Amino acid sequence: MPIKALTGNEAMAEAMRQINPDVVAAYPITPATEVVQLFAQFVADGKVDTEFVAVESEHSALSACIGAAAAGGRVMTSTASQGLALMHEMLYIASGLRLPMVICEVNRSMSAPINIHCDHSDTMGSRESGWIQIFSEDSQEAYDSVIQAIRISEQAFLPCMVSLDGFIISHCMQGINELTDTEVQEFIGEHKTPYSLLMDGHPFTIGALDLQDYFFEHKRAQIEAMENVLPIIKSVGKEFSKRTKRGYGFFEEYMLGDADICLIALGSCAGTAKVAIQELRDKGIKAGLLKLRVMRPFPYKEIVSALFNIKAIAVLDRSTSMSTMGGPVFIELRSALYDNPVHPLMVNYIYGLGGRDIFPRDIVEVGQKLENIKRTGKIEKMIDYIGVRE
Amino acid sequence: MEVVSTIFPYTAWNVPYIHSAFENSAATISGVEAAYKAFKKKGKIKKKLNFIAFGGDGGTYDIGFQSLSGAMERGHDILYVCYDNEVYMNTGIQRSSATPMGAHTTTSPAGRVIPGKTQFRKDLTEIMTAHDIPYVAQAAPSHWLDLTRKVEKALSIKGPTFINILSPCPLGWRYPPSQTIEISKLAVESRFWPLYEVENGKHKLTYKPKKEVSMEDWMKLQGRFRHLFTGKNKNVIKDCQKQVDRKWEKLWTLQS
Repeated sequence: MPIKALTGNEAMAEAMRQINPDVVAAYPITPATEVVQLFAQFVADGKVDTEFVAVESEHSALSACIGAAAAGGRVMTSTASQGLALMHEMLYIASGLRLPMVICEVNRSMSAPINIHCDHSDTMGSRESGWIQIFSEDSQEAYDSVIQAIRISEQAFLPCMVSLDGFIISHCMQGINELTDTEVQEFIGEHKTPYSLLMDGHPFTIGALDLQDYFFEHKRAQIEAMENVLPIIKSVGKEFSKRTKRGYGFFEEYMLGDADICLIALGSCAGTAKVAIQELRDKGIKAGLLKLRVMRPFPYKEIVSALFNIKAIAVLDRSTSMSTMGGPVFIELRSALYDNPVHPLMVNYIYGLGGRDIFPRDIVEVGQKLENIKRTGKIEKMIDYIGVRE
Repeated sequence: MEVVSTIFPYTAWNVPYIHSAFENSAATISGVEAAYKAFKKKGKIKKKLNFIAFGGDGGTYDIGFQSLSGAMERGHDILYVCYDNEVYMNTGIQRSSATPMGAHTTTSPAGRVIPGKTQFRKDLTEIMTAHDIPYVAQAAPSHWLDLTRKVEKALSIKGPTFINILSPCPLGWRYPPSQTIEISKLAVESRFWPLYEVENGKHKLTYKPKKEVSMEDWMKLQGRFRHLFTGKNKNVIKDCQKQVDRKWEKLWTLQS
């Protein structure tokens, strides 16, 4: 397996090249622009067979992807932030029409105030749009996840977005263990679909008006499809790790086995948290990390069982929810733990909005506070913010 | 269109059909056509297929304008047909940029101080012409032979083509349905809706009006202009006539 030094964007574009989709319709946006322009160069250099549609907006990007997927094509695109928001209407249509496709999404804050740097507001803002969502800690994970996402999406008949953190990962160089082009092609196989617009002799209607008498059943079937995604992710991950020795589940457990307090993070912060966990351990604090990878569907049963012995949890959210009940991961996890016989103490830290850096010392501090919460049983602030001037 | 033709589990279409959203038929068909090209390149499809997108004036002139412009500029091999009934009829008689000046709609209502829509209509056919695509045409159901010939021609041409079809609407324009073809005919005769085509940038009238029909003659048959026939509102009719004359002269120069 070749090792290449690639940025996050380059790694995702490289995965796209190896996947060689039938159609890519995309529109550039910071910090995902590179993915689109690198791919355009692959097309210009004849390195892929893809029909590249350089559309005039993200709304049209996803609309064209929907048309191409309905026509039976293997389809991909890339976007970030406002671009994902402009796609919002079409996100629901892609998933509702049960069309497989993959978005390489680069996490960036949502305006206003305008800001081009990383947080998870964009991806979290589309978490109810019916897409499978996979977060990546680094470029390697993003590369691996994009390749797996093709299989997951096509097997589940649901679209999938793989995200990495804007600038922190998208523009940061890392050694990437690549699969060969042949290995990728063997892994993803040929795209087969039971029906498509271009199928000869079968004039399908896609996107019919669905009224009170059928809509609910179709939505129920879509929910069921999402319920069935976890086993697919598991089996695809298993097969991938056989080839690469890089295993992927719904989340990664880091020093969680004997831990009694746990930090939860997703994206690039997980790397920082691992350093902090090490430091906390040196101080005699039995801290562990659960790095969430799959946000949609939310693997609540598996998370709850992984946290069985945990007395206190701090969820690090890189976005917030305007419910004022904390960030999206915090809210979902609290709900997941409701039926648990034991309820660990839970706090939420919102950090890194608009690209504000987070350092190991910040997370060490969180660990120390959490240790204190575990000892005293007292929570002073359920929702707190890291590194903000109050 | 999906509302009348594809109520699940039924479909009126005996050809492949997709509806994705309101404003994006041009972008959606771009994707279908791109997949077709990809399959053709790989030898997975051999047949020649036609790609036709439909939109009303709302989905074409207004909310889908950007999507349409993008698809035309990119040069997809598609025919886009606009059914222009000069008003949003999906939601029920709201103004569009295709609505003529003076028309009463529910969002440009004729009131005590404002006499209906206060702006002229957008000339989308000429905007499409400005995209320098191989074929643009304007047609009307009253001249059906002209219409079918234009569709045949558009489909025989490689690249993006656009046909704007006037689609008189009894409910929105307020006239008895039996007069639909007559209203369409008078729209053409009055030069409000000239029948013409633009092939490779060259304008050509496909029908030269034979009768002298004024805007007033056409407008008086339609309830949406009723308020213009009283008091000072009559000036609006004059303005409409002036605008139609000006546009006709321009078209006449372009085609000769």
